[in-house]
Amino acid sequence: MRTTLGLYRPGTSVLHRLPAGAKLATLVVAGVVSIFLRTPWSVGGALVVTLALYAAAGLGPLVLWRQVRPLLWLLVVLAAFHLLVSGWQRAVVVVGVILVLVLLAALVTLTTRTTELVDVVVRVARPLRRIGVDPERVGLLLGLGIRSVPVVVGLAGEVREAQLARGLGSSPRAFAVPLLVRTLRHADRLGDALAARGVDD
Amino acid sequence: MPTIELDGVSHAYDNRRVLDDVSVTLTEHRIGVVGANGSGKSTLARLLNGLVHPSSGSVRVDGLDPVTQGREVRRLVGFCFTDPDAQIVMPTVAEDLAFGLRRHRLSREETAERVEEWLGFAGLAAHRDHPAHLLSGGQKQLLALAAVLITRPEIVVMDEPTTLLDLANARRVAERVAGLPQQVVLVTHQLDLLAPFDRVLVVDRGHVVADAAPAEAVSTYRQLMEGR
Repeated sequence: MRTTLGLYRPGTSVLHRLPAGAKLATLVVAGVVSIFLRTPWSVGGALVVTLALYAAAGLGPLVLWRQVRPLLWLLVVLAAFHLLVSGWQRAVVVVGVILVLVLLAALVTLTTRTTELVDVVVRVARPLRRIGVDPERVGLLLGLGIRSVPVVVGLAGEVREAQLARGLGSSPRAFAVPLLVRTLRHADRLGDALAARGVDD
Repeated sequence: MPTIELDGVSHAYDNRRVLDDVSVTLTEHRIGVVGANGSGKSTLARLLNGLVHPSSGSVRVDGLDPVTQGREVRRLVGFCFTDPDAQIVMPTVAEDLAFGLRRHRLSREETAERVEEWLGFAGLAAHRDHPAHLLSGGQKQLLALAAVLITRPEIVVMDEPTTLLDLANARRVAERVAGLPQQVVLVTHQLDLLAPFDRVLVVDRGHVVADAAPAEAVSTYRQLMEGR
């Protein structure tokens, strides 16, 4: 299974050309503002703005759908829960806010090279050096986090195929245990590769 | 060429001894290492850049000790693994190449220049912004090799770099390796790759049981395997 979820897509739009720091700062502001979105209308407005930003970045409906698809079940469960517990308006607000924030976060990674994001995080984390935090390592964490999404999705696909080939049906245990083992094994090999490339030096 | 010296080197994982009193001095341009699975050949390779430390004995790479001078040794020795997926650290091709240069503190222009150079080497210039995980197996291994070479090591250690590749891709990787000016230590199961090498070590059950020119070493290895 191969995914391009949230991975940089080259382009020349205004959003592509904006500095990574500005985009990350805007994302943080959007997160704070989202706390004050309390009505379906305000959430609808935020969603329209988000969709307009995707259009401005030259990212089509297919790219947008790929960002939403992995969240679908979570959103459905959350919507059902809030419909039962606190009514349709609350359900729309909660699901809508999550959707907007995930789409905005994906928009940042879709329009920004990971290296630029890493550079910003390293710069921001520099004052933490005084308390023993290595800024380069914090930046590396971000880079590895983004890189790990397709790796883990790929491993999950392999495990699912092996599970089907061995007739193990849809057993969650037969899926989770080998996925965890493979992910840890990958992390181990990645650690070796990072050490070989002198990251720890 | 740099001198690699192993003097009475042993290594054990828990209580399992995988290398036993190995002593060799390597000065040739192209050195091959063959052996059965679990013979200790990968451990031998990993000793050369400090990924593994000897339980006893000593390793010297161009006079440096990988245990106490790991940083200097890793600048000298590039290491290429079997599985390129585990070596690719950044999401896109060009970014992964540039990643290796972060600790070299080069200017933006110099980094870009070197990335261009090695994109060309790997034949990936048209894929610079592509997600690295969407490349073919052969392209990924060439990217992994280029990511090692971009830091300009003097020695390149490769642990079965063609094992997961089809014949065409294995040939592509072998061609690139053949053209390298660096000293190369290649651990492999693909015996035909070793024909142009200067020297081949056969490792078996933790010992170097043959150390000769490729034809002779490969013949010894074949006889060893046929007897099992």
